[in-house]
Formats: sequence, structure tokens, C-alpha cells
Amino acid sequence: MSTGGTHEASGVLRGELQHTDSVYNLGRASACRLLGTIDSTMAAFGSLSSRLTETLAKLRTKGRLSASDVDGTVREIRRALLEADVSLDVVKDFTANVRERALGEEVSKALNPAQQVVQIVNDELVRILGQDQRRIEFAKQPPTVIMLAGLQGAGKTTLAGKLAKWLAGEGHTPLLVAADLQRPNAVNQLQVVGERAGAVVYAPEPGNGVGDPVKVAKAGVKLAQQRQHDVVIIDTAGRLGVDAELMKQAANIRKAVNPDEVLFVIDSMIGQDAVATAKAFQEGVDFTGVVLTKLDGDARGGAALSIRGVTGKPIMFASTGEGLDEFEPFHPDRMASRILDLGDILTLIEQAQKAFDEDEARASAEALMNDTYSLEDFLKQLQQMRKASNMKSLLSMFPGQSKQMKEAVENFDEAQLVRYEAIIQSMTPVERRQSKILNGSRRLRIAKGAGVTVTEINQFMKQFDGAAKQMRTMAKGGMPNMPGMAPMPGMHSSKKAKKGAPVKAKRSGNPAKRAQQEAAAAQAGQGKQGSSFGGGAFGGGQTADADEYNALTGDDQATLQKMLGNKQ
Amino acid sequence: MFARETITEDTWDDLETALITADFGPTITEEVIDSLRADVDRFRTDDPRDLQRMLRERLEERFAQYDPTLNLKERPAVVLVVGVNGVGKTTTIGKFAKFLTVRGQSVIVGAADTFRAAAVEQLATWAERGGASIIKPEREGQDPASVAFQTVAAAQQQGISMCLIDTAGRLQTKGGLMDELSKVRRVIEKQAPVSEVLLVLDATTGQNGVSQAEAFIEHAGVTGLVITKLDGSAKGGFVLAVQERTGLPIKLIGQGEGIDDLTGFTGHVFVQQLVG
Repeated sequence: MSTGGTHEASGVLRGELQHTDSVYNLGRASACRLLGTIDSTMAAFGSLSSRLTETLAKLRTKGRLSASDVDGTVREIRRALLEADVSLDVVKDFTANVRERALGEEVSKALNPAQQVVQIVNDELVRILGQDQRRIEFAKQPPTVIMLAGLQGAGKTTLAGKLAKWLAGEGHTPLLVAADLQRPNAVNQLQVVGERAGAVVYAPEPGNGVGDPVKVAKAGVKLAQQRQHDVVIIDTAGRLGVDAELMKQAANIRKAVNPDEVLFVIDSMIGQDAVATAKAFQEGVDFTGVVLTKLDGDARGGAALSIRGVTGKPIMFASTGEGLDEFEPFHPDRMASRILDLGDILTLIEQAQKAFDEDEARASAEALMNDTYSLEDFLKQLQQMRKASNMKSLLSMFPGQSKQMKEAVENFDEAQLVRYEAIIQSMTPVERRQSKILNGSRRLRIAKGAGVTVTEINQFMKQFDGAAKQMRTMAKGGMPNMPGMAPMPGMHSSKKAKKGAPVKAKRSGNPAKRAQQEAAAAQAGQGKQGSSFGGGAFGGGQTADADEYNALTGDDQATLQKMLGNKQ
Repeated sequence: MFARETITEDTWDDLETALITADFGPTITEEVIDSLRADVDRFRTDDPRDLQRMLRERLEERFAQYDPTLNLKERPAVVLVVGVNGVGKTTTIGKFAKFLTVRGQSVIVGAADTFRAAAVEQLATWAERGGASIIKPEREGQDPASVAFQTVAAAQQQGISMCLIDTAGRLQTKGGLMDELSKVRRVIEKQAPVSEVLLVLDATTGQNGVSQAEAFIEHAGVTGLVITKLDGSAKGGFVLAVQERTGLPIKLIGQGEGIDDLTGFTGHVFVQQLVG
């Protein structure tokens, strides 16, 4: 990969990153599956993540960001944001900012240039989304009045119930006021929701076009004062931004009750219209905070960014389901990765860097290349893996997880790593370096020392030998094909489930294209895998991986290769 | 944008902005602009009005590939209405009932949204306004499939020609709820063929519309689209992507909360509103 002395430093850096990548992937197969899932979900959008990773892969070998590098990445990010329904104006400002920062900034040693651009994008997203993060401000003189406003079908009435339940849980005594007198039976719905939430509902008018919402709202606040409710939640009718009359009505309600918070409730699936609507509501009722609803769907929720960008108002809550408990304070970082659809890859990279000692990583890679990979190297890697904190939580950071992956993560047995460590630690240094000398009596001693059975020792050794052999092949640039190898340590996932097609079935849409990609990936696999895999060496687990790796579709392999930094 | 003297780079920028802002999405926007650029070169025009006309024609062409006619020949004609939460399914059924009664049909609606609070009452109000009878669940949380079954049975017994079934809103990512929808359809089909499965899409939706359509086609066998809330500032350009990805025609358009605010789909009118 690196061709000259000047590139050496970046070569080492790259090696390290690949190394960490593969450890976190805990077997390339899992990573393939993960990436495959991102890829297949993205397929509907012209495979954005794949295009982005392609752009990143091209940049990977460069040590410094040039203007055209940045432009390429920024272009993909622009597209990603537009696919995520971020408003065009906001996208333009945003990408201009990112570009400027990317060109101005010192090149970080920790990340390669492309990752750095993504990092900047992510930082910017979090910064914008998370600025002035705040909670509900309660009035010094109760009751605190909260008014809900938004388009039809955004989820105001359901949110009123959720908010009431949440507030009640925090020790408040909310009163729900039914001021949506427009939509048929909105009043009934609020009554039912209020009952479920265990909150009192004030509904003096039957609704369905009868009654004056301004009066109802005013009377509701008065009632709360009398009955000592410390919070009043006013549900209003849904209205379009362009409906001047209804907007005026909302403004009148606001004037009449002088709310402490006006929450603008908006559907996370909304498109470019988010801006027009948010502006209309800002002018109409001047909301103080935003609630994003229906985040349990698969919309990327770019509206969050648009609304922040246009109105500057904080996003306070996220609503994530139809149950009254499915409601939480807004997390800017989660939203940022959702919009970009890159998962917590950056967090992964960061944590990986912390956990891995560069020198040790290099030593292992060298050991592999020199055919001297021993149990000692494996032990070091095991310890690094454990140092990288909770494996499960790390694994769950991967973006776009499928059901199978979640299952696999769920079944991942961290204790297994500890057992392997114990086995190796029960060996003498000579045994660790030359595993060939392990005869029956030595194995029995080790088993006793590690508190396992001899059978387990035998299994472990078999796996290790297979893995070491396989990695040597890979380190030399070949693609080993070892069917029927033992499953990787700790990962008790059923490979069958994965092969049971949901992911593949989806991608079978275009057989011609797939065949083509498979062929391309196979070619790349034979040619240039060596260096990256060598760098990413880490013992035992690899046995099953190649098997699984080969079982993956060409797309998956190609995507993985890109993520691992192989030039295609 | 089309008021300039000649076509300049600014015209193209404005056109891109207009298309993106109308929710066409980056892919279709690119496609449309590329093909228009080619046309402009081929016809050697620099008149923005030509460009506008070509844009309109191009979009109309794309919409015209699909047949917006409702297929309601069966008796009773069973129409299942599906969609994500808050797109206006219940409202659409009310308006659709009116649409049909005005045209001399008898209509019965089935309140198979047994999940959302007060959804049944909301539908009852709309049914009354639309002049339709209604079958309600016998108890709260009843299996929606059984309500649908009863509605179709009642239509057959009473010789009612149109049978509209409301379903609970569900996000397309909820596997269990989507399976429930497949069941509703299966159960209805034991009695009578389903004439139309209408997917209601909110015009304010962005690029997620495609994902919605794909999931509902898979689980409910959607046959046509209804676009609601077109009276707002949203243009609903994403429906072009939905149509082209799925081949589903738009069959009805909702433009307000009034009982008469529902019309059939006409490509050129829609395009007119989209691009002026």
C-alpha cells in the first residue's frame, strides 16, 4: 500500500486503524453483515453509504486533505443530507461550513483524512443539534403552562399523554386541556389518553367544530390554579402553516394563556416542507422548543437539522413509539449519526484508538508476516480486546443493525475471552511460543491451572492453529478458503440464521449487478487483501470468519474491503 | 426562475433548488436536470419558457405512465385503507365515502382501527358526514381482522356496494403490526376479493415515502396511492419517486379537512401545482 518513505507514517497509522476495525468487528463476518445491512438499507437510496465509503477509500492513502478531496467528500455528504430530508438552504450553509473547517484544520494524526471530514461533519451536526440543550422550564409561580402546536397528524394528542405521564412520574400533577375542537373526536382521544396516563383531563366542549379553543385554554389554566395542578398541557388542533385563520387562532390561544413553553410537535418523516412549516409556526405562535415524533420509524429525520438551522429553537424531546412511555429527552449525538446514517463508527474509531497500543499492534502484524505468530501474541490481543471495555456495547454501536446481528451481539459471550486468557496464562513461556510441544500431560496441567477441561484446551488449540495458519495465508496476500471451521470464540450466533436470507433476499433485486459486483469483489479479494488483513490480525476468531466472509455476497465483501481501507 | 431573459447557470441552480424543495429528492432532481440540459442543447434554445414547458412535459410524461382509475367493479367493492400514523386515513375514508355516495353508491365503513384512542368515534363522525353506515368493534382492542370480516359480511348481507375499511396507523418498520395488516387482508379475502388497497401518504413526507410504500406493498399488497394534505405548503414531489420505484398509481388527492376536499388524480393539474 505505501510506496515510499514519506508514506511510512501514514502506513503505520493505517495499519492500526485496520487493526482496530477488525477487532471491533469481532470477526469479519459480523462486520460484513453489519455493513451489508447498512448497504442494503441504503440500497433504496442509491447506496449512499457505499458511495461515501468509496470516497473515503480513495482518500485513505493520502496524508493530507486537499481541496478536491474535501470537495468529493462534501459532495457525498451534501447528498446524504438531502436524502435525509435536510432543507436545501441548511445543507448549503452546513456543507460550506464543513468545507471551510476541513481545509483549515490541522490534519489529525489519529484519523485519516476522510474520516476526519466525517468527524468534522459529525461534530458540526452534534454542535448544531445540541446547542442550548435544555429541559422544560417550570414557572416560578405554578401552574407551568405548556402549549402544543403543529401540523395535523404530527402526534400532538399522543404526545400530550406521554408528556403528562412523564411529568406525573417526576412528581408533578399535570392537567390536560382539550383545546383541539376541530378534528372529529380529538377530545375523546385526549380523554382516553389522559386516563391511560393517569392525568386529569379538562374537556368542557364536545369538539367536532363546537366551542372556542381560546376560551377552553383560558378556563383550563384557571381551573389548574384552583385545583392546584402545577402543570397544564394544552392540546391544540393541527393546522397547516399556510392556514392564516387557524394560525391566528393558535396565536390567540398563546396570548390568552401566556404559556411558559410552546412545544412545536413535528413528524420526523417530514420533508423539505419542514422549513416553511417551522417558519410559519415560529411567526404564528413563536414556539420555545421542538418535539420530534415517530422516531421509531426509519426516516432519517433531517427535519431536526432544518428546524434548528432555521429557527434556532432547541429540540427537547423525541417520541419513539405509540406506548405512553415511549418518549425521551432528545439526544443530539444519536440524531447526528442517524441523519448521516453512519452509526457510531466514529465513536468506535475513537475507542479503538484509546484501547490499542500502536506498538503492540505493529508487533503482532510483524509476527504474522514472519510466521512467528504465537499464543503470546494472541494473549496480548485478547487483553487489548478486553481493555476496549464492554464488547457488547461496542458491537451494538454499529450502524444499521439487523435482527440477526442484534441476536449475535446478544449471544456474544465475553466470558469466553476470559477463559482463553486463563488457558494461555496457565502455560509456560516456552509453551506459549512453541505450541507444538503441548503433549497430553502438559495439556492436563494447563487444564487444571485454567479451570477448564482438556477437551476445551484441545478445541482451543485447534482453533488457534487454524486461525494462525489462515492469518498467515492472508498476511501473505492470499484468500484462504476453509470450509467447516469451528465457530469463532464466544460468538454463538447461528450462521444459518444469517444465511436464511432476509438481508440477501433484499439485495437479490438486481442479479446482473450483483454478479458483477461479486466478480469485482472476488478479484479484489485475491489481489490486494493481504496488507489490510495482516495489519488487522487478531487470533482465534478468524477461523470461522473466512468461512463466513466467503459466504457473504460480493457487495458485502466489497463494502467491507472499503471500510477496512483496501484499495479496490 | 423562468422569468429571466435567457437560460443561465443561475436558471439551473434555481431549478435544482425548486425541485429539491418540492421533495423530488436528489436522485430524481439530478435525472430531470440532466435530461433537460440535454434537451436544451439539442433544441438549441435559451428561452426559459421553453425550459419550463419541457420540464412540465417531462414530469407529465412520467406521471402519465400510470393509470389513476379506481377499480371498484366488484360488489361489494372492498377497499382497505392503510398508512403510517397521522397521514389522514380516517379523514380520507370520510371524504371517500362522501365521494362515493354522491355518485349514487351505498357505502359501509369498518372501524378496524381498534388501537388508537377514539379512532372509532372519529370514523363514526366522518361516516355520518359522508352518509355511510358503520361497523364498530364490539369491544375495545378487538382483533381488527374480525372487524374487517364483519364489515364485509354486513355489506354482502345488506347489498351495500362499497365497503371501506379503516386500519390503525402503523410505522412500516414495525414487523408485528405489518403482519397484522397481512392478516386483515387474508381474512377479508376469505369472503370477498379486495378491490383496492389504498396507501395514504402525507404530502409533507420527505424521502421516507418510498420506504413506506415498499413496506406496505410487501405486507398489504397496495394497489394505489392517496396523497393527503396537499392544501399545505408541501408539494409532495416525493410521490414521483414512489411511483417510479413501485409502479403504483396515485388514485386520489386530499386537499383539506372539509368533506368534499377529495378529488381524483390528474397528472397535468398535479404537475401544474408542482412546478407552476
